Amino acid sequence: MNTSPNRLIIEAGRTERHYWKDLWRYRELFYFLAWRDILVRYKQTVIGVGWSLFRPVITMVVFTVIFGRFAKFPTEGNAPYSVMVFAAMLPWQLVASALSEISNSLLANTGMISKIYFPRLTITASSLIVGLVDFSISFVVLGLLMAWYRFIPDWRILTIPLFLLLALATAFGAGIWFAALNVRYRDVRYVVPFLVQLGLYISPVGFSSSIVPEKWRLLYSINPMVGVIDGFRWALLGGESQLNEGGFALSVLLTALILWSGLKYFRKVERTFADVI
Amino acid sequence: MNTVIQVEGLSKKYLIAHQQTDNYQTLRDAITRKSRDWCKRLAHPFRASANQPLMDLSTTEEFFALKDVSFEIKQGERVGIIGRNGAGKSTLLKILSRITEPTKGRITLDGRVASLLEVGTGFHPELTGRENIFLNGAVLGMARLEIKRKFDEIVAFSEVEKFLDTPVKRYSSGMYVRLAFAVAAHLEPEILIVDEVLAVGDAQFQKKCLGKMKEVGQEGRTVLFVSHNMGAVRNLCSRAIMLGNGTLVADAEVGTVVDQYLSSNQQTGNIGEVRWEENGAPSCEEISLRGIRVLGPGSNVYSIYNSTKPIDVEIQFLVKKPLRGMRVILSLLTSDSVVAFASTNHSIIGEQELNPGIYKTICRIPADLLNNAEYAVNVHFGIPGAKVLIQGKEYLTFTVEGAGGHGSNYSEKWPGVFAPKLTWEWVEKTC
Repeated sequence: MNTSPNRLIIEAGRTERHYWKDLWRYRELFYFLAWRDILVRYKQTVIGVGWSLFRPVITMVVFTVIFGRFAKFPTEGNAPYSVMVFAAMLPWQLVASALSEISNSLLANTGMISKIYFPRLTITASSLIVGLVDFSISFVVLGLLMAWYRFIPDWRILTIPLFLLLALATAFGAGIWFAALNVRYRDVRYVVPFLVQLGLYISPVGFSSSIVPEKWRLLYSINPMVGVIDGFRWALLGGESQLNEGGFALSVLLTALILWSGLKYFRKVERTFADVI
Repeated sequence: MNTVIQVEGLSKKYLIAHQQTDNYQTLRDAITRKSRDWCKRLAHPFRASANQPLMDLSTTEEFFALKDVSFEIKQGERVGIIGRNGAGKSTLLKILSRITEPTKGRITLDGRVASLLEVGTGFHPELTGRENIFLNGAVLGMARLEIKRKFDEIVAFSEVEKFLDTPVKRYSSGMYVRLAFAVAAHLEPEILIVDEVLAVGDAQFQKKCLGKMKEVGQEGRTVLFVSHNMGAVRNLCSRAIMLGNGTLVADAEVGTVVDQYLSSNQQTGNIGEVRWEENGAPSCEEISLRGIRVLGPGSNVYSIYNSTKPIDVEIQFLVKKPLRGMRVILSLLTSDSVVAFASTNHSIIGEQELNPGIYKTICRIPADLLNNAEYAVNVHFGIPGAKVLIQGKEYLTFTVEGAGGHGSNYSEKWPGVFAPKLTWEWVEKTC
């Protein structure tokens, strides 16, 4: 046998060796899957894009009225309460929707997984993209909101991509954990919506994390969303908005841990997906 | 010629859980089981945990879908993979196309592989035909530019031009399959792996697909083709590999292996053979049926009969009282209860007197007469003009494959209850 550039060897445990190269080779499939998800998402909905405006805006209004007006929670720095809430809605919506989408992505594509080869991470990664489209739309809404209040963010807004990356890493890390577990244990699909619902209240979305007593801040930051949301507020609200360094570092560390262990677990069980799905 | 596929000692083991009806478990069960184990360990901290396996072994069983399979395929060969359900064909294809991993063994593939285990993998019902062409192409491993280049060709092949911008959920199943196959047919891999996809679509389109696959093979590309349709395998492939219970049973020239497959399908039961003891046999005062058998080559009973060989229907019966003028009528019925033919042994029995004893009468159905179909055997006993002894009834069925007598190069089932081999002439006017 001559060796050719396309030679492929299949052996037990061998699939791992060209994993990352394959992931790159299948990038076109990644684009197409993301494109499909976006097309499908906006196709049969009456107000289409409207949904990605409607949900965060209504949530923001409710939180502002309840926490800002009735409970009289403090805002951060001199930002209007609604702007502070909306600055948190951005990453929250992104992570919540991406997490749900990714957890379901493997099961939703059962047909493809049992009939064709491709690195399974492609499907989970492309599920992130829909969330990003919604995120961009919400970002425009935030801009309008800031303009309405004549609130001008400072240079820190330039660091947004970093925090966006952190949000994506959180969603992706947790998402692939759930996606892989979902293949084997079907009740994961009940766990994720519950977690997302609970997360909205235990994460500092409707209020500033500064109302959490200082001695509890580190413990509070065990929730990686605390780091993500604090980061977004720090970057968007500028001025007096503070970042709790210790807590933030802990959140980042935990996100990294979730992502790393998620990848490890996913790759370990990925080879058996077609057998058990 | 180069070897492009080399399979060495390939095995695939599955664990079958007897307790569960599905492969997946619920998280709740897993947690309860784990915590039960844990509590046990807490309660008996000094008991060795080695004799407490993680999974209850009594509920799982090892099952080898493939056991030590080895073969080589050279460039440009068209190889059929045949075998009964559960023989390991699909598992082999799944390993070859990297969907699942082997437990043991090694495969070396030289060249770009495309596998077509299903038509329309990744099709999304909400998307239009046009969008699905691109999506499906990407799923099958085509680059975007490649799809763009072949787009018109794909559309022409699929014959759905008018509905390109309609969501495929509004397509008829025929259109859906045509579009899906059209995309797949325009893949240009060096090695093409195809599973039973030709079982879909109408006869005309199947013909087109077979033609396209043949074309692919003639371009020097290697084709692996799994099918239950022996006609298609014979037609498309030059060589065949037969699997049985996960092992390689035969690997040779296609005709030999297909014949072996058809004749290996020996089966007992009500297909091809039926027997009666003294009690419960269809009988009357004078006679009693003992058995009916449908026999292929070597006077054996098969589950599938080869239409290119004669088929004998053997009827055995007991005569209890002396009898004169009896005849046996054999009718063959198609699955939609149309009588294919009826025939009797009257002319050879005549007015002969039958003394008590066991008799056998055999009707020979010539080769190249029956179609690819299932036939039911109806047997009737009577004395013409006098009385009915045993009213005609369908006692058993048998299946025929391999008919090519209709003269087509393709071996799809042709209409009609028969596919007799007839003589054709071809006259060309030279003036």
